[in-house]
Amino acid sequence: MVYLYLAGLFILVTVGYLFGRSRARAAARTETLHSRPPYHGAFVGLSIVAPMLLLLVIGLPIADRMIVSQALQTFDPTVMSDDLRRGVALRDITALAAGKYTGEPSLALRQAADTYTSLRTWTYNLILAAGMVFGLLGAAFGLRRLSAGFRARNSVERAVKVLLLAAASVAVLTTIGIVFSVLFETVRFFERVSPFEFLFGLQWSPQTAIRADQAGSSGAFGIVPLVTGTLLITTIAIVIAGPIGLFAAIYMAEYASPRFRAFAKPILEILAGIPTVVLGFFAALTLAPIIRATGESMGLDVASESALAAGIVMGMMIIPFVSSLSDDVINAVPQSLRDGSYAMGATRSETVKKVILPAAFSGIVSAMMLAISRAVGETMIVVMAAGLAGNLTFNPLAAVTTFTVQIKTILVGDQEFDSAKTLAAFALGFVLFFFTLTLNIIAMQIVKRYREQYD
Amino acid sequence: MNSLVQVNQSEATDATPDVGTKPKVIARDVNVYYGEKHALKAVNLDVPARAVTALIGPSGCGKSTFLRCINRMNDTIPICRVTGKIEIDERDIYDPTLDVVQLRARVGMVFQKPNPFPKSIYENVAYGPKIHGFAKSKTDLDEIVIGSLRKAGLFEEVKDRLTESGTSLSGGQQQRLCIARAIAVNPEVILMDEPCSALDPIATAKIEELMDELQENFTIIIVTHSMQQAARVSERTAFFHLGYLVEEGRTEDMFTKPKDQRTQDYITGRFG
Amino acid sequence: MTEMALSTARTVDFASDAAQARVRARYRAEARFKMYGLIAIGLTALFLVIVLTDIVIKGLPAFTQHSAVLDVTISDADVDPKAVRDGDYQAVVRNTLRARFPNVESRADRRALDGIISTGAADRLRERVLSDPSLIGKTVSTQLLLSDDADLYYKEGTRIDRQPAAGAATVSGVAGDVTIQSSLPDFAANLKVVKSGLFARAQTLRTEAERQRGYARTLEARKADIERTLATATPAVRQELATITADIASMSQRVEEATAKAAELQVRFDASASEETLDELVASVLVQINGGLVKVTKMTDTQATGTVILPLTSAGPAAAGSWQVVTYVVPEANRRVNDREVSWLEALRAQGAIGSNFNWAFFTSGDSREPELAGIRGALVGSALTLFVTLILCLPIGVAAAIYLEEFAPKNWLTEIIEVNINNLAAVPSIVFGLLGLAMFLNFFDLPRSAPLVGGLVLALLVLPTIIIASRAALRAVPPSIKEAALGVGASQQQAVFHHVLPPAMPGIMTGTIIGMAHALGETAPLLMIGMVAFIVEVPTGITDAATALPVQIYLWSDLPEIAFQAKTAAAIMVLLVFLFVMNGSAIYLRRQFERRW
Ligand SMILES: Nc1ncnc2c1ncn2[C@@H]1O[C@H](COP(=O)(O)OP(=O)(O)O)[C@@H](O)[C@H]1O
Ligand SMILES: [Mg+2]
Repeated sequence: MVYLYLAGLFILVTVGYLFGRSRARAAARTETLHSRPPYHGAFVGLSIVAPMLLLLVIGLPIADRMIVSQALQTFDPTVMSDDLRRGVALRDITALAAGKYTGEPSLALRQAADTYTSLRTWTYNLILAAGMVFGLLGAAFGLRRLSAGFRARNSVERAVKVLLLAAASVAVLTTIGIVFSVLFETVRFFERVSPFEFLFGLQWSPQTAIRADQAGSSGAFGIVPLVTGTLLITTIAIVIAGPIGLFAAIYMAEYASPRFRAFAKPILEILAGIPTVVLGFFAALTLAPIIRATGESMGLDVASESALAAGIVMGMMIIPFVSSLSDDVINAVPQSLRDGSYAMGATRSETVKKVILPAAFSGIVSAMMLAISRAVGETMIVVMAAGLAGNLTFNPLAAVTTFTVQIKTILVGDQEFDSAKTLAAFALGFVLFFFTLTLNIIAMQIVKRYREQYD
Repeated sequence: MNSLVQVNQSEATDATPDVGTKPKVIARDVNVYYGEKHALKAVNLDVPARAVTALIGPSGCGKSTFLRCINRMNDTIPICRVTGKIEIDERDIYDPTLDVVQLRARVGMVFQKPNPFPKSIYENVAYGPKIHGFAKSKTDLDEIVIGSLRKAGLFEEVKDRLTESGTSLSGGQQQRLCIARAIAVNPEVILMDEPCSALDPIATAKIEELMDELQENFTIIIVTHSMQQAARVSERTAFFHLGYLVEEGRTEDMFTKPKDQRTQDYITGRFG
Repeated sequence: MTEMALSTARTVDFASDAAQARVRARYRAEARFKMYGLIAIGLTALFLVIVLTDIVIKGLPAFTQHSAVLDVTISDADVDPKAVRDGDYQAVVRNTLRARFPNVESRADRRALDGIISTGAADRLRERVLSDPSLIGKTVSTQLLLSDDADLYYKEGTRIDRQPAAGAATVSGVAGDVTIQSSLPDFAANLKVVKSGLFARAQTLRTEAERQRGYARTLEARKADIERTLATATPAVRQELATITADIASMSQRVEEATAKAAELQVRFDASASEETLDELVASVLVQINGGLVKVTKMTDTQATGTVILPLTSAGPAAAGSWQVVTYVVPEANRRVNDREVSWLEALRAQGAIGSNFNWAFFTSGDSREPELAGIRGALVGSALTLFVTLILCLPIGVAAAIYLEEFAPKNWLTEIIEVNINNLAAVPSIVFGLLGLAMFLNFFDLPRSAPLVGGLVLALLVLPTIIIASRAALRAVPPSIKEAALGVGASQQQAVFHHVLPPAMPGIMTGTIIGMAHALGETAPLLMIGMVAFIVEVPTGITDAATALPVQIYLWSDLPEIAFQAKTAAAIMVLLVFLFVMNGSAIYLRRQFERRW
């Protein structure tokens, strides 16, 4: 039906465009036009597209909802209040309507499917017809506006500009969408679990009982173990990536010949382009066993999902990030400072250590902050290589868990609707989002000020 | 146009080069290439000790290039190649056994745009003595820093804010800070590449005054765009054009009776 | 100013020893510093090489697959010519194999024997018969796909030592439990291998006991601590004390057991020539004699007792050199195939029935629970559909946004907000986009779960900032003079932009788009959130079908316990990386090709 609608739309628009253009051409024979004929055509086209698309985008979801609720009413009005049963019923109804139902359908189900099918045919036809009417009305409106003096181009350009602005606003809408999707659920989460317990609780075990009457049914939602776990892995990562990335950047910016750079830069770029699921695979199936074996041969107790393995690979992942940001920052230090230092008889390393690094200090700090935010938000490596248990420890050989791992674990697979556990994942997402956002805003502010300093 | 040029009379009278003293810097057949570009062509020049020598010429003629040869700052440009011979105190500075770090400690440089490090005023001046290990103690270092700031005529202005950032000073002060930084390692030669071109006339006057004092102890080579400045501060002048050293001699003679037509054209403002 | 002439003039004697030493030290520091930089880059390169090599080594075996080429009789008892589709092809395959090894009788053994061949073999046979029903009732040579364990056995092999015997032997029977007596100590070497296995085990047990003991000691210390302050202890601490006490008890028991066992093994090892009982924790010894195979359970230097695995043709004496002792060095417990299976597989190989082919099925089939049948076609198609949605959404929106911000946006707060927003969005963790997809697209808009449509939507939002930023850079690189020229001849602002600025910026935009798409192709976390992790066998056909994507498939496979899936995972990673290299490579090529100097 959507395809049919779009096909109709396409035909109407094409006809409208051609008609508008030929009208303008005809007029051009006797008068001078303000705008060239294609703009007249485009104006008519736009007058058709706008109402028709609007109808589709608004009408279809409303219609769908109505159809579903009607069908469910017919099936069994009581399912409406139960999300789980509602979902099952809906699946059955649509399957039966599409002729894919396996098994013997009940009478209620057959009736519901019938309602569903007939109602759907009816509303869809209605939308289709209404859409065509809208299109024709639009065409009429557009064509009536046309005249030799009509500023079709200005109108079309205004519409184009609105479209461009709309495209640019998608980014803002995305942010708003993110904020709302996590905020709503977070608020609902805090209706059940106090923010105090959430922020300062020392225990994380979100296993809510399946049955409400089960003893000790509410889980523990203290994020401190997640904070320490995330912190531990991030610290390992930054301890590795910080120096390596920074030294790599220094070497690339201050020492490397163009030939060497042409060889070394792709290495960093390739590493940056490797999907984290691949690095996670390496961490979990190659590095972790090696670390475990090495540790045990030294008589240490190593968890098979140690923080160390995840941290090391995470560190490797952010090396390119640190080095390219630091490279930018170091290159922004003006050459005149280097000249000043060399002219004093300083060696390159003295210049780097005593002039360039101090001058670039704030920029490097912000690079590290961005790298930390990247590490904190990274999911796949820790999902595959770090553990699930919320151990409150700073031992890199123990298993720890992180924000992202918990979000993934809670939300992937079978979820309970509306349980504190599911909502907790959104609360974690909320904390994660605002933490990384804050870190980024601060870092970018620092970078901005840093760049202004040397412009 | 000649009337614009005021030659320092007192210097002009006793400016006959001292035949007894050897030149401080000797350049013989110096050629510089930037990749394919031949920027400096067979330059021969003797620079007398404890005097100011000015290098003049239109932009792009190779003055800075020549200046940067003298402390081998050209080494920091990968595509740059230098041939010929430059001696300071009869020691070839392009001798591979010579250490460029030591050379630069003996040949200081001041740049066109003041480039104080983004550190405190004190640290700026202390930088050279620290890296070369001149100061045995903190008091030693204090003494060097204060002495250098005094010699650069900056001490009185900044003595209460030695811990403030060097970049917080005015342009002229920054340039004097850079001079203080250069003389803190007590070089024998100071190279100045258009040190006043970014400064206002008052700051310029201060620097010129300073140069006059410094020449008692240091050999100064200054690149300048302003012929008046060359006339005011220098004892000898060298005129560069399209990579050639066209003419060289006593400043007074250069401005009053140039031998070469190109020099004549330049100082009378026909080009440049 | 004159009075301060040169009071502080100090000449530095660079020739002095101290100064020379200092300069040398400075140059050493310089060299060291430079070395750090090189080491940093070297480490990065090393890591990259290790990761890639590891994946290639792990993944390459998955591109070949072994099968057994056997004569299969498609009897009409199993396959009714009237209902070809419903024929019992499993039985056909089973019978073929059992005909080869007629002495396999116990149920367990028969199941093990059936397990050599993949369940997929019957399906393929069915396809073949369906396309050519005349095969029914005939005997045809057929490639039967092997199961993952059998396939892995041929790929990795196991260490097998064969020793022709020097003595003449007598055998007590042809089936069941038999005793082999040799005239010379033909089993001495094998006995040694077995005994050294005992010693190694004793050693392991002793270290393990030591470790446990050390851990127990730390617990003892903690216990002593608690006991000292027992009077003031909280209930929680008392609880801990109880736990610790129990732990210590169980630990010391384990230590005792391990020590005792180690001592026993040591005794057996020390008695170097005594009779030995073989179990699955030491090397397996088999005797190949009179055309059959005997698995040894007890042995001395000259005598071995065991069970017949492959029946002997006769019980007569065997001459020196005509029989041999075979050792499977890896203990049975550490292998995925037991001695019996090894003997079958070796027999099949000896009969020349085993072949290896390029594993096309890996690319042409969907996911499966059986490693040897699992392929990435479903994931590839899922990724393609997802990327298609991503591309058609984010290319127009990204370019339009870039054009707006670069060419039309007024300098006001709204523009400012949009710009800050785009920069921040680029740094939002990808899993948060997954939450957005889950809450908005699935729960609010009721879009289908696991569908490429939703995956594409989420990824489009995810890579939009990348594309906007790249497109803006490309637009900015077009010199303003071109636009001014267009404006100068009377073009409107939009005409100037769309006709004269956009076309030359297109290669740059395409480069940015390809890089963004490559990023989207490797992204996993948000797709997990919107349910593209289901186990989906069918290859999706539309953007609303349930599907998975290549990186998600990698994640799913990496989690599976079957060893053979590890190779599959690595192979899927190789495919993913090839795609990424091709995409990034073409982006670089495009940039080089169209790089214009204005
Ligand atoms: N780093 C460099 N790379 C390439 N060419 C250079 C470089 N520095 C200077 N040149 C060239 O060498 C010539 C002389 O430059 P320069 O010595 O700076 O002139 P001046 O200081 O007299 O204005 C100029 O033509 C300039 O283009
Ligand atoms: Mg210059």
